Amino acid sequence: MKRKLVPIAALLAAALASPTALAQKKYDPGASDAEIRIGNTNPYSGPASAYGTIGKTITAYFKMVDDQGGINGRKINFISYDDAYSPPKTVEMVRKLVEQDNVLFVFQTLGTPSNTAIHKYMNMKKVPQLHVATGASKWNDPKNFPWTMGWQPNYQTEARIYAKHILQTKPDVKIGVLYQNDDYGKDYLKGLKDGLGDKAAKMIVAEVSYEVSDPTVDSQIVQLQASGANVFFNVGTPKFAAQAIRKAYDIGWKPVQYLNNVSTSIGAVLTPAGLEKSVGIITTAYLKDYSDAQWANDPAVKKWEGFMKKYYPAGDLNDVSNLYGYTVARTLEQVLKQCGDNLTRENVMKQAASMKGQYIDTLLPGITITTSDNDYAPIESVQMQRFNGKRWERFGEVMGN
Amino acid sequence: MTRRAYIGVAVLLAIACVLPFVVSNYRTFQLTLVLVYAIALLGLNILTGYNGQISLGHGAFYAIGAYSAAVLMDRLGAPYWATLPAAGAVCLVAGFLFGLPALRLEGLYLALATFALGVSMPQLLKYHHLEKWTGGVQGIVIAKPEPPAFLREAGLQMNSDQWLYFFALAVAVVMFVLGWNLLRGRVGRALIAIRDQHIAAEAMGINSALYKSLAFGVSAMYTGIAGALGAIAVQYVAPDSFTIFLSLVFLVGIVVGGLASISGALYGALFIQFVPNVADEISKAAPWAIFGLFLIAFVYLMPAGVAGAVRMLLVRLKQKGAK
Amino acid sequence: MDAFIHQVLSGLATGGIYASLALALVMIYRVTHLVNFAQGEMAMFSTYIAWSLINAGMGYWPAFLLTVLLAFVLGAVIERVVIRPVENAPVLAIVVIFIALLVILNSATGWIYSYTIKTFPSPFPKEPLFGNKYMSSHELGAIGVTLVVLVLLYVFFRFTPLGLAMRAVAQNPESSRLVGIRVGWMLALGWGLAAAVGAVAGMMIAPIVYLDPNMMGGILLYAFAAALLGGIDSPGGAVIGGFAVGVLENVLGAYVIGNDLKLSVALGLIIGVLLVRPSGLFGKVHVTRV
Repeated sequence: MKRKLVPIAALLAAALASPTALAQKKYDPGASDAEIRIGNTNPYSGPASAYGTIGKTITAYFKMVDDQGGINGRKINFISYDDAYSPPKTVEMVRKLVEQDNVLFVFQTLGTPSNTAIHKYMNMKKVPQLHVATGASKWNDPKNFPWTMGWQPNYQTEARIYAKHILQTKPDVKIGVLYQNDDYGKDYLKGLKDGLGDKAAKMIVAEVSYEVSDPTVDSQIVQLQASGANVFFNVGTPKFAAQAIRKAYDIGWKPVQYLNNVSTSIGAVLTPAGLEKSVGIITTAYLKDYSDAQWANDPAVKKWEGFMKKYYPAGDLNDVSNLYGYTVARTLEQVLKQCGDNLTRENVMKQAASMKGQYIDTLLPGITITTSDNDYAPIESVQMQRFNGKRWERFGEVMGN
Repeated sequence: MTRRAYIGVAVLLAIACVLPFVVSNYRTFQLTLVLVYAIALLGLNILTGYNGQISLGHGAFYAIGAYSAAVLMDRLGAPYWATLPAAGAVCLVAGFLFGLPALRLEGLYLALATFALGVSMPQLLKYHHLEKWTGGVQGIVIAKPEPPAFLREAGLQMNSDQWLYFFALAVAVVMFVLGWNLLRGRVGRALIAIRDQHIAAEAMGINSALYKSLAFGVSAMYTGIAGALGAIAVQYVAPDSFTIFLSLVFLVGIVVGGLASISGALYGALFIQFVPNVADEISKAAPWAIFGLFLIAFVYLMPAGVAGAVRMLLVRLKQKGAK
Repeated sequence: MDAFIHQVLSGLATGGIYASLALALVMIYRVTHLVNFAQGEMAMFSTYIAWSLINAGMGYWPAFLLTVLLAFVLGAVIERVVIRPVENAPVLAIVVIFIALLVILNSATGWIYSYTIKTFPSPFPKEPLFGNKYMSSHELGAIGVTLVVLVLLYVFFRFTPLGLAMRAVAQNPESSRLVGIRVGWMLALGWGLAAAVGAVAGMMIAPIVYLDPNMMGGILLYAFAAALLGGIDSPGGAVIGGFAVGVLENVLGAYVIGNDLKLSVALGLIIGVLLVRPSGLFGKVHVTRV
């Protein structure tokens, strides 16, 4: 009898002593057996309310996830507040999310000024400021701000890719830049200048800005033509990019045109501008374009279309923000799945910083998500493409930092 | 003021002093913003409510005050409490200088001039030649003030949110008392006379030009001090915080709160701070539309503002009491 | 030199846009002595209605006329339902109502139609006149339409009894009532006409700037400045003001101060002009009796 008891006792003792034997559930505020609370602010009102559709898409996505059983058995409680793109309001709403709603972390807060306003606070409170919705380069700074992480390829990297392409293909050029007079536009301009290096001053012959309150950019395009530029870097949001493309064609200015990534949708930008007026435009992309016929039968795009029709029917399928929101929400879903039952804030950041070549099927082929302890830029690669009048033709290799 | 009014104010102050210790830090932060907006709205009310000069651009003075504070603290290392008088002085001068030529403009034309100021401010703040000072589109991040050492030594435990609240409360009390004194005396009467019957006022010897320009200056000073306080509370200034919508929201605030009324500034501040949040709770699809509906409802039900409605209510209660 | 001419002509084209909305602002002012800040959003909303009609299969001109009619009705309804109950409130309260209308219309349109830009058709030929590269046929045509509307408004106010009645109502509602003018109906009619002018402006503007809910924000700003520059009670002044602002803005941006500050400087210059002529270039100087 004694002989049998000893091994059993030993086994029991070993089991009780070893920490991995029991189900390890670790929770920080906002996580429990039943739910994970996620906070967000988006501009649902005010001059930037066009981007509020991202928040609506993410809300719809997590509703679908919940309908399908949640993540690891937990429902996602996605709490999103309106900040009207005003930094004081962002500070107020994020403090509410962290201090009153007790969210586990804050996700996809939108806008560079809005995120700058809460940058120090989030890191002081040690709450993840995850996958911020801006293309500024300053979110990739794990040494100083270990709780903040971006998601999309940043604007400066994209502009440097264009600069490299210009130097390789047309080293003797005059470049004219049209840019929106805010952090987004200025970031692109800086990236272009950095990419051109000491040739920048000689090559860039005109830098012309516009305000969001300008009705048209016609005057700016005329200025650019008058400067003699033969390369055009078009850094405008969809409406202004379309106006610029159309006006350039109408006045007979035929530069080599580089279009910024925000405004590449065939349905939302090139068609209003005029498909024949957009031939030859070069850009980079990381997401598939719903309005590009080459993806008409792509299963990933069709799945997204089905999701939109069922969960967010009011959303415009031609609005690239909706595909963006879906893709970033799926990225978060992957991070949370990886967390398993360890839902501490520290582990959320750790898992977000441990993505190795993750591919989500609404990204272009070859674009993957990779992070590490000193790389807080999940998507750094983009694909160059050229418009042939009907669709975007990818060329070259996937480029990245 | 009647004895009842004094008691009312005392009770209000007592409640205000207790609040930060019973509500969360986040609510304390919101209340601090209410105090900031109340000071700003009192400033606008001096100009538009009492003196009848319509300003659609007071957000610009708020911005000047906020950036003064930010530049002084971040670029020149000044302590936070010193930025308030500095911001006030800068805005007093700026407002007066703006008010001088504005004397020639009336009604809608003055509205356009102030509107132009409000619209131009973000552009000026983003201007790249000024970037070294203003931080351009990136803005300026400000350090959070800590409660002073003497409080800790006195044994009073306070976190920085609470301290900031009391600081704002003290500033607000001072500004309100100053304003009340100003407005119930000769100056106030002169301002109102100029608003209602400016020819008669001039005929009676009131120097209309001086008073109107001074009204602009003082009004800008109040709003500038509010801006500095707001910048310290939020710890960040950027051009996007000071668009023309801020000016329009201030105008909405004094109308809803009550024109030509000191208590109206407080009601208006509560409105502009909390009603947008309520609208957001009601509908994410179109929160601005809900806010607009709230505005229409408030103006319908209380055309003289909340302060006007409260006044009428008190009068009615007194009448009932007299019976 | 060629670039300069181009900038001036381009400025006239955008100036035409400002002029058309400025006319609507002047219209509403002449009837009510108030500037309706929601005029731009009402015009934008009317243009979306036209877009829906055309999208549903209606031809351009039937949709155009139906939209103008619907805008007229919308304007009159807003006056009776929204403005009438508060007409005795202080002026600033009514301004707040205008702001409320602005945000409601903007937000509701964004919710119904989403924010992706839409193209709006133009009734004018696609080819530019004489193949010129400066102005498209639509831009020229839009200026033409604005001038036609200007003439119609001028004739209406100056030579028709109805126009006279409206001017009387704006100037002195009590006396007007005493001579038998139906003040309420005049106000509603005035609002309706202003909304109709706005709808025409919107349908001329949308093909140039693309149709989206935020289309009119910047234009309202310039139109406001243009209307006041020209004198808020002068339709001709509003049109001249519009062209002046358009050309000024372009020339400032291209040759003087750069695009970063052209808005601020343009507005500053306009205020400067107003300081010299406080009632605008062509406005009536008001003499007040003691």
